[in-house]
Amino acid sequence: MAVIEVTDLRRTFVVRSKGGRLRRERREVVAVDGVSFGIDAGEVVGFIGPNGAGKSTTIKMLTGILVPTSGRLHVDGLDPSRRRTELARRIGVVFGHRSGLWWDLPLRDSFALLARIYDVPRDRYRTNLATLVELLDLAPLLDVPVRQLSLGQRMRGDIAAALLHDPPILYLDEPTIGLDLISKARLRDFLRDLNAERGTTIMLTTHDLVDIEHICRRVMVIDAGRLVFDGDLTALQRVGGATRTVVVDLETQLEPVRVPGTTVTRVEGPRQWLSFPAHSSAAPIVSALAAAYDVVDLSIQEPAIEDVIRLLYAAG
Amino acid sequence: MASSLRAYGLIAGAWVRASMTYRASFVAMTVGQALITLIDFAAIAIMFSHIDELGGFTLGEVALLYGMSGFALGAADLLMGNTEQLGRRVRDGSFDAMLVRPVAPLVQIAADQFALRRVGRITQAVAVLGWGLAASNIDWSVPKVLVLLATLVSGSVIFCAVFVLGGAFQVLAGDATEVMNAFTYGGNTLTQFPLSIYPAEVVRSVTFIVPLAFVNWYPALYLLDVEDPFGLPSALQYASPVAAVLAAAAAAVAWRAGVRRYRSTGS
Ligand SMILES: Nc1ncnc2c1ncn2[C@@H]1O[C@H](COP(=O)(O)OP(=O)(O)OP(=O)(O)O)[C@@H](O)[C@H]1O
Ligand SMILES: [Mg+2]
Repeated sequence: MAVIEVTDLRRTFVVRSKGGRLRRERREVVAVDGVSFGIDAGEVVGFIGPNGAGKSTTIKMLTGILVPTSGRLHVDGLDPSRRRTELARRIGVVFGHRSGLWWDLPLRDSFALLARIYDVPRDRYRTNLATLVELLDLAPLLDVPVRQLSLGQRMRGDIAAALLHDPPILYLDEPTIGLDLISKARLRDFLRDLNAERGTTIMLTTHDLVDIEHICRRVMVIDAGRLVFDGDLTALQRVGGATRTVVVDLETQLEPVRVPGTTVTRVEGPRQWLSFPAHSSAAPIVSALAAAYDVVDLSIQEPAIEDVIRLLYAAG
Repeated sequence: MASSLRAYGLIAGAWVRASMTYRASFVAMTVGQALITLIDFAAIAIMFSHIDELGGFTLGEVALLYGMSGFALGAADLLMGNTEQLGRRVRDGSFDAMLVRPVAPLVQIAADQFALRRVGRITQAVAVLGWGLAASNIDWSVPKVLVLLATLVSGSVIFCAVFVLGGAFQVLAGDATEVMNAFTYGGNTLTQFPLSIYPAEVVRSVTFIVPLAFVNWYPALYLLDVEDPFGLPSALQYASPVAAVLAAAAAAVAWRAGVRRYRSTGS
């Protein structure tokens, strides 16, 4: 069942810039330009696209922060901007580049205050807090005022704060921005477990495609306010014309090998690079190689999603 | 409504508890505030050492006006003064976070950084008001007591409405603190003196546009049994609660419109 339904969503901003002396130029920026999609309960969806594509604007409309210029949207059956306060109890929101916590209060006080604001029953709060403190390693930070936390620590605090009331839907706008590799990996594991154990529907934006590979089964690509792709990762690779590569070490230096369905892209002494469409199987290629040539070693390189996206953008 | 009040209490309580950690500085700040505002009134008292009357009002009567206006602004500032921070909140994006919590954002911004030390100003205003009531020759009656009490509440509501109106502008413009201060603190300074010293246009605008004259001027005319020097209907002298309701309604409409037109920031 779709918990998020979006039809023909549009949002424009009127920007006034100083042009000339007294005249001010009035310009309309189309941030989101007729986007439609549906997200089922329990899905984990990655929302990607270049800077200024309209990701944050879409998330802000889905949370009720921004009122759409036109189009229809429903989250858990509610129109976000009209029933914002009611919806707030059912969603968790994390903005990577700003904190939703009270800057001058210690983390512990922020959590306690949020629990009361959201009417989280006392024992529910206690167990949730204990779980989140353990999973996000917050114990040493609880008595520190938020303004003294590092970026990664604050992010963990923000994520815990967004989950204290057990929201069935979680939005994360660039949650891994500025985190080191280990923190990113831990956060991904945490989100994956959250989805697996509680069935939380997750929608996240990111510029780190490893996030997508690790936690999202579905990807939506937005560019200049339009949804240019919506499907699973492998389908994205196919659409983008992505290729995988077999790197083969032969016994001797040879002319480029001939294997059906592949093209040799590079030769370096006895080592050759054969590329083939990302969605086709490597097995027949490997066996054809082994049957016709003396193979010493062999490995397969997966496509980098960056390349896929670049191809997708280039294709328009 | 009840849940909003409860949320206000919760958030304000968290701030009071946090500030109580530094009890000594809290006491110092409160006393300091009261002293600063006392000096403020002393300036007016000194003025009266050269004159006997200002716009036809004695020092005691001016104290009455000053106290009523000071109390109203003080109470509104205690409850709503933090809406001043809205411009900053909009610019740094933290207003977004308030919009995704299950509490009206106005309640959250108003209760944010709730500071009990602002009680200092109210204390001073009550002291000046008390002295003013004793020093001016009032022919007390039950209706006069009721008008006085209703005015203190209505005046606070009127200043709250001005704060909210300013907040709505800040949500739209991302900034307008100065404009807002002009109306709140500026309005307070204006109404500290008898309106009879101003031109009629000023009086008309603080009656019909920004109804600050209802914070103290009209009810004071009634309490003191003074004829309106501008000849406006005497019904205005009991109309403070009506003015407060109208101001609050206008502020609520503006606030809602502001939030619906909120643009957030581009980052
Ligand atoms: N408050 C605003 N006022 C004016 N223009 C805005 C505002 N918010 C967003 N925009 C514009 O709308 C477009 C989409 O912005 P948005 O923040 O949604 O992009 P994004 O996909 O989140 O980008 P990024 O990856 O850089 O975060 C941009 O052109 C941006 O300049
Ligand atoms: Mg963004």
